Amino acid sequence: MTDERKEEREDASHASNGDYPLYANRSDTLTAASGRPLRDLSLQKTLTEDISSEDYSISGETLRAQAEIARDAGYPQLAQNLERASELTAVPNETLLEMYEMLRPGRCSFEEYEALAQRLRDEFNAAATAAFVEEAATVYRERGLLRRELE
Amino acid sequence: MTTTTTTDRSVNGDTGSRRFSILAGRDINRETYVEEWAEAGLTVADSPYDPQPSLRIVGGEVVELDGKDRADFDALDRFIADHALDLAVAEEAMATPSHQIARMLVDINVPQPTIRRLADGCTPAKLCEIVRHMNVLEMMMGLGKMRVRKTPANQAHVTNWRENPALLAADAAEAALRGFAEIETTVRVARAAPLNALAILVGSQTSRGGVLTQCAVEEAFGLRLGIKGLTSYAETLSVYGTERSFVDGDDTPWSKAFLASAYASRGIKIRFTSGTGSEALMGYAEQCSMLYLEARCLLVTKGAGSQGVQNGSISCIALPEALPGGVRGVLAENLLASMLGLECASGNDALASHSALRKTAKLMLQLIPGTDFICSGYSAIPKQDNMFGGGNFDAEDFDDWTVIQRDMRVNGGIRPVREADAVAARRQAAQALQAIYAELEFPPIGDEEVEAAALAHSSEDMPERDMVADLAAADRFLEGTANLSDVVRALHRSGFEQAASNLLEMGRQRVAGDYLQPSAIFEDGFSVISAVNDRNDYTGPGTGYRLEGETWDALQRIPQQKSPRDFIDAQVGEPLPNLAEISTAKVGASANEIVVAVGPAYGRSLVKTIGELDHEEVLEALLTGVAEEEFYGRVVRVYHSADCAAIGHAGARLSGSGIAVGLQSRGTTVIQKRGLAPLNNLELFPQSPSLTLEIYQAIGRNAARYAKGLSPLPVGVKVDNGARLRLIVKTALLHRREIEDIAEKAPQELYFRWEPDV
Repeated sequence: MTDERKEEREDASHASNGDYPLYANRSDTLTAASGRPLRDLSLQKTLTEDISSEDYSISGETLRAQAEIARDAGYPQLAQNLERASELTAVPNETLLEMYEMLRPGRCSFEEYEALAQRLRDEFNAAATAAFVEEAATVYRERGLLRRELE
Repeated sequence: MTTTTTTDRSVNGDTGSRRFSILAGRDINRETYVEEWAEAGLTVADSPYDPQPSLRIVGGEVVELDGKDRADFDALDRFIADHALDLAVAEEAMATPSHQIARMLVDINVPQPTIRRLADGCTPAKLCEIVRHMNVLEMMMGLGKMRVRKTPANQAHVTNWRENPALLAADAAEAALRGFAEIETTVRVARAAPLNALAILVGSQTSRGGVLTQCAVEEAFGLRLGIKGLTSYAETLSVYGTERSFVDGDDTPWSKAFLASAYASRGIKIRFTSGTGSEALMGYAEQCSMLYLEARCLLVTKGAGSQGVQNGSISCIALPEALPGGVRGVLAENLLASMLGLECASGNDALASHSALRKTAKLMLQLIPGTDFICSGYSAIPKQDNMFGGGNFDAEDFDDWTVIQRDMRVNGGIRPVREADAVAARRQAAQALQAIYAELEFPPIGDEEVEAAALAHSSEDMPERDMVADLAAADRFLEGTANLSDVVRALHRSGFEQAASNLLEMGRQRVAGDYLQPSAIFEDGFSVISAVNDRNDYTGPGTGYRLEGETWDALQRIPQQKSPRDFIDAQVGEPLPNLAEISTAKVGASANEIVVAVGPAYGRSLVKTIGELDHEEVLEALLTGVAEEEFYGRVVRVYHSADCAAIGHAGARLSGSGIAVGLQSRGTTVIQKRGLAPLNNLELFPQSPSLTLEIYQAIGRNAARYAKGLSPLPVGVKVDNGARLRLIVKTALLHRREIEDIAEKAPQELYFRWEPDV
């Protein structure tokens, strides 16, 4: 990248992009999903300390910040996706895979989706995702996409 | 019309026409072409069954979409109505005539955000109606403006048939060096996925930090690889334009949207996959055009919050290309994606044609405007190793691609590389992976395997591995606790410090999540660019992305390029000792003489023709031919012009017989007669590289025969179609050298110390 282009981008980022890119502008305050500050995810620490995969996973808070950036840049649906993602950072890996499997067509009854939504709210504080699951359940019921019970 | 039978016969190629039989054997005629059949979904952009645009909103809810009442909505209609449309602008957008929006797309005075705003309120049928007004040139104009990231880029496919990890790492390293911003792999055997993903991750980061990588496998498995830190993006989240195809794909818009959020929650970039033809292939096109169904896909994609899409028909490309307007339709879907603010990886991926001409022509529609990723997978490997089914452009086409970029001053996302650099990057990547395999106790990669990977073209060049052992190791790796930090440590312990640091940096970037924004990639040095900080601001000439500065320098400097300064070293020399200038040339008195008039540099600063014949020997041959007819030759040098016709014309004026041979230093020759206009002549020999000493001798002979008043058979010279192509630079430089010797001086008589042997 030429110097002029770099400057142009930096100007643009100060003008309207908030703190984007967060890596460059918020490196002091960014933390991983585990709570480890980004500045502590150094090569030295990686060589000497026990680093879990949560240490290089994104946090819910950072996803919300990225959602805000997306919304300000004119991408509201992406922002909503990142907000749901922010909620899902609380969901363990295996549970996340199970939930996706449940949402595939013909997998669950309406009641099971209601229970899933309830669990998302109670256990993971995931209100937006819960509402999304409930909406899916309603459409699945109308369109015959619920699990077909054995007669 | 009564000639139907004749026409049919000629199409079938049984008239005996040799021309048509040769045409029938051409690559272009190995493809399938069919007429449109809307009922089967075999129509690209315009089915009579496509819905008409309509939208009714009551109390903030869409109650009618493209002619359908809310009560009749299928799952896709519902998802689009409730998630994709911007209802604040929808009524205005739907009321704006479609041709007016089409014109805005082409109008350089209308900036991208103005059109984005309207497109956000358009229904699928409205989007189709807009682009139906446009021809491909207009769509290209629109695409160049609507592409979300200002800087275009490209994506590579790296796979191999043997699932050889060292080769995967080496090919990924070379692809990274060549500038691909993303690299995608896949598997022949699904269980190989974790180690294939690891191989391209390590290979790419060894070569150039910041390349995003993915492994295309089944959805849930793909998410697992991402969670483990082995991939940084995923793009195989397929969506379809009808409910039944969607469900056959074992998903719904809600499950796909959930999957998108699940990936994002682990810091993984995603884009959806759609593209014309998939619904017809799955049997559920519902009589609609491919473009209409794609518009529905794109609105589902947008509604789900995917930052982008790979479309452009992808693996179904041969289907639209079998139909009229198929390639235009593919461009239209790229344009629609961009209009909706989606990052577009624009196809040019699976094998689309047997014909190199047809493949290249289609490519221009995306290459010239530029897209976020020109190919949603350039096969950076040979075809037989491509586990996606074969690329439209392969490793063998690298140089074609870089030359086309240089020709057009267009950035197609692939940098030219030098062989030594590529081999070094390949070797280092294979060594790095070898070290990781040793540290993590995977089946070892031998030194000979590393060396083979460094120098290989395809997996045929690789030694056999124990695939069963590799698959078992892949299973253990996936289930075990080893993670990205173990790989970083293994690299560091083995002395691959830069690779360790780059791999760690990928993890650190995942924590920041900047590459989740629309159309994000990393430039060199992990500098993220996306629609947020590299917004496409095209508003006509001089704006938007311009290929200039360091990038243009890098793209034009192909290794095949030479300095032209030493191009004519073989022709340059010291003046011939036996060719002496004696006096100003006078008009000859003898009817038995032929003048051989040479150019200003002949035998002086230039001593060989372009075909590398010695000037001395060329003169000898000409004069021998003249002597064979019992004429004698005079040699004169023309100073006032370097032009062959002018040289011959001046010679004829001085010739006692009125006939002269004009001879340029590069060897171009003319037989000229006094009294003819300079650009008319008796015989002209412009193909100087093809001229031999025998031909020069025959030219001398014919010149004498003309002087005798005979009508000789013109000297035959074989036409070499490629000569101009090969030698044009040399031709220009030789002419330039001849011009340097031009002087304000009358023609000079030369003494050529030589006697003909006749």
